[in-house]
Amino acid sequence: MTGAESLMRSLELEGVKTLFGYPGGAIIPVYDALYDHHDTLNHILVRHEQGAVHAAQGFARVSGEVGVAIVTSGPGATNTVTGVADAMIDSTPLVVICGQTGAAQLGTDAFQEVDVVGMTQPISKWNYQIRRAEDVAWAVSRAFYIARSGRPGPVVLDFARNAQVGEVDFEPARVDFIRSYVPAPKPDAEAVAEAARLINNAVKPLVLVGQGVELAGAQQELRELLEKAQIPAGCTLLGLSALPTGHPLNKGMLGMHGNLGPNVMTNQCDVLIAIGMRFDDRVTGNLKTYARQAKVIHFDIDPSEFNKLVHADCKVLGDCRETLRALLPLIKPNTHQSWVDGFAPYAEQEYNKVIRGAIHPEGGPLLMGEVVRAVSEATQHQAVLVTDVGQNQMFAARYFQFSQPRSIVTSGGCGTMGFGLPAAIGATFGAPGRTVCLFVGDGGLQMTLQELGTIMEQQAPVKIILLNNNYLGNVRQWQTMFWNHRYSFTPMMNPDYELIAKAYGIPARTAVERPDLAAAIDEMLGTDGPFLLQCAVREEDDVLPMTPPGANVDEMLLEIQ
Amino acid sequence: MSTPQLYTILVYSENIAGILNQITAVFTRRQVNIESLNVSASSTPGVHKYTITCFCTLEMVKMLKAQIEKRIDVLQARYFTDEDIFILESSLLKISTPAMLDNPEVCQIVRHHGGRIVEVNPTYSAVEKTGRTEEILSLYEDLNRLGVVRQFARSGRICITRGTREQLDDYLAEREREHSAGAQE
Repeated sequence: MTGAESLMRSLELEGVKTLFGYPGGAIIPVYDALYDHHDTLNHILVRHEQGAVHAAQGFARVSGEVGVAIVTSGPGATNTVTGVADAMIDSTPLVVICGQTGAAQLGTDAFQEVDVVGMTQPISKWNYQIRRAEDVAWAVSRAFYIARSGRPGPVVLDFARNAQVGEVDFEPARVDFIRSYVPAPKPDAEAVAEAARLINNAVKPLVLVGQGVELAGAQQELRELLEKAQIPAGCTLLGLSALPTGHPLNKGMLGMHGNLGPNVMTNQCDVLIAIGMRFDDRVTGNLKTYARQAKVIHFDIDPSEFNKLVHADCKVLGDCRETLRALLPLIKPNTHQSWVDGFAPYAEQEYNKVIRGAIHPEGGPLLMGEVVRAVSEATQHQAVLVTDVGQNQMFAARYFQFSQPRSIVTSGGCGTMGFGLPAAIGATFGAPGRTVCLFVGDGGLQMTLQELGTIMEQQAPVKIILLNNNYLGNVRQWQTMFWNHRYSFTPMMNPDYELIAKAYGIPARTAVERPDLAAAIDEMLGTDGPFLLQCAVREEDDVLPMTPPGANVDEMLLEIQ
Repeated sequence: MSTPQLYTILVYSENIAGILNQITAVFTRRQVNIESLNVSASSTPGVHKYTITCFCTLEMVKMLKAQIEKRIDVLQARYFTDEDIFILESSLLKISTPAMLDNPEVCQIVRHHGGRIVEVNPTYSAVEKTGRTEEILSLYEDLNRLGVVRQFARSGRICITRGTREQLDDYLAEREREHSAGAQE
């Protein structure tokens, strides 16, 4: 059989059922092979290669499986670069397969040839150029093994055309060992014991929950730890759904636009227990003053995260489900009553100064926060939240509530505008039984607007909530706060989004007045398939509270002077 | 933060194209200059050895090690200070033969520094000197002061460790043990 057919068999062996892609000259042999695998491989034709990768990311984030994207060489491959970088920083398992010019033409500036391996080297977990049909089975198996094991990440396969058409006797490959790669080191009993000792002696412990908890499937172990020793927790943006929002020990989101309590208490705790998180600057603020009073315990699967930004007094290397399981029997029950109670005044202060006004405004235009909370409530907090990037993302993260794991899909480390719409499409395929709600701004929606075509063709049931403020709102907020109200290219003239939705056959409605919001949400959720709900929100709204960039984590602004 | 000093980082990788690029990219991202670099096959078949020197802090060299080892096809990265290793660098100097004959000091300096004259012809002579960086530089500076050096070439550092255990072999054996144990499960 051909190398292309060999790819199909290899994908099937890896359990792939859904792929996102876009054909082109250098990948035609693969698409030709795909033509005969309709029954097993559901290929979703996107409208731009960036959409393919973001859709694969959305699919992977909600399902826990490897997302797969197939594109052609040259511009097809370069269009995936943003998504690959995004998946790398957010630890999302992907296999991106790019066509490539034939091996004989490599390096000659052939038509649609780019150095994909060189270009994606620093932003992928692994990449490989397949130059011979007989390497397909091995390379694909190795790619999936690397993408999904350890700290997950994107793998790029650069598939030379001659290897696609070359003949080979297919022999299935199963890579489950690479001697130079230790995906999940075995827990070190001494490190676990030291962590337990620090936690048992802590008077004011605080847990920071990262996406590592979701990736390891350690949600239950996390809850047991928190409940056994009554330790309050804050969640990173990507870790928000690892612990139900309503859990009494969940004290909210960490970081720049997170909740007051967990941020302030980071600089008051005596033991800081970071689980599967990487101390992003959006979480820590000023590192020089960050948690300096605390002993830091860091649970991570990636040894290069230790001491990268915050010194760890105790490093617990390994898959956090395993390390937490080893830790739990050593943890002594505790109450930490006064410490846990100490969060309440901050929550109350934040509620009175920020939250009440954001979700229950007394007048004026619709606010982003109230739309988010209303949608969350209308879905009984059961939906998958997908966001774009900017104010829509921060309001969604703050006011959407979660009751199930793997329920937030957002571009965290990379902050990729345009991520939301295609990622939401992917999420509908990755979690077919669940409602998928996308919150997106008028800026980000237009960055990948073409994917409405994919939604139309697939009838992908994305509930698109467009928070339209006629601004690039997050940059506008920074211009207000730090750049003397000089709104340099942030006001934006918008098209008629209802007409656009209509052109794609997607039902749409616009909510302008507060009394109309609930009915509009009901219509959106009551409509089978996709829906665009445009909310005309206040133009100059600000996400608060806020730790200004570089400020101390406990110095959050509750209002803008 | 400790004070910057010279570290020698030994990296072992599978013999796959593109690893050097991956390793040097780690230095680029952390804004650390590579002082010298030597790449060759190691004594273990199929394993390549990279000897890299750089000035940085202890914290930074630990970070570099971790980020290099994170690359899938890198087997091991370790860092050393000069006390931990036997070091060798080699150099070649091209010297004008007439100038050398005019000035007896040239040959005295070469002998004094333990250099070897490996080629003499009417126009130029070649001097070879192996040793540590400072020894090589010292010879070069002494000769250069006389204005006789036409060309000067220095290799990257090579070194062997002083430890009694061969840590790469231990690592490979351990990985093979884990693999066969895993296969039996």
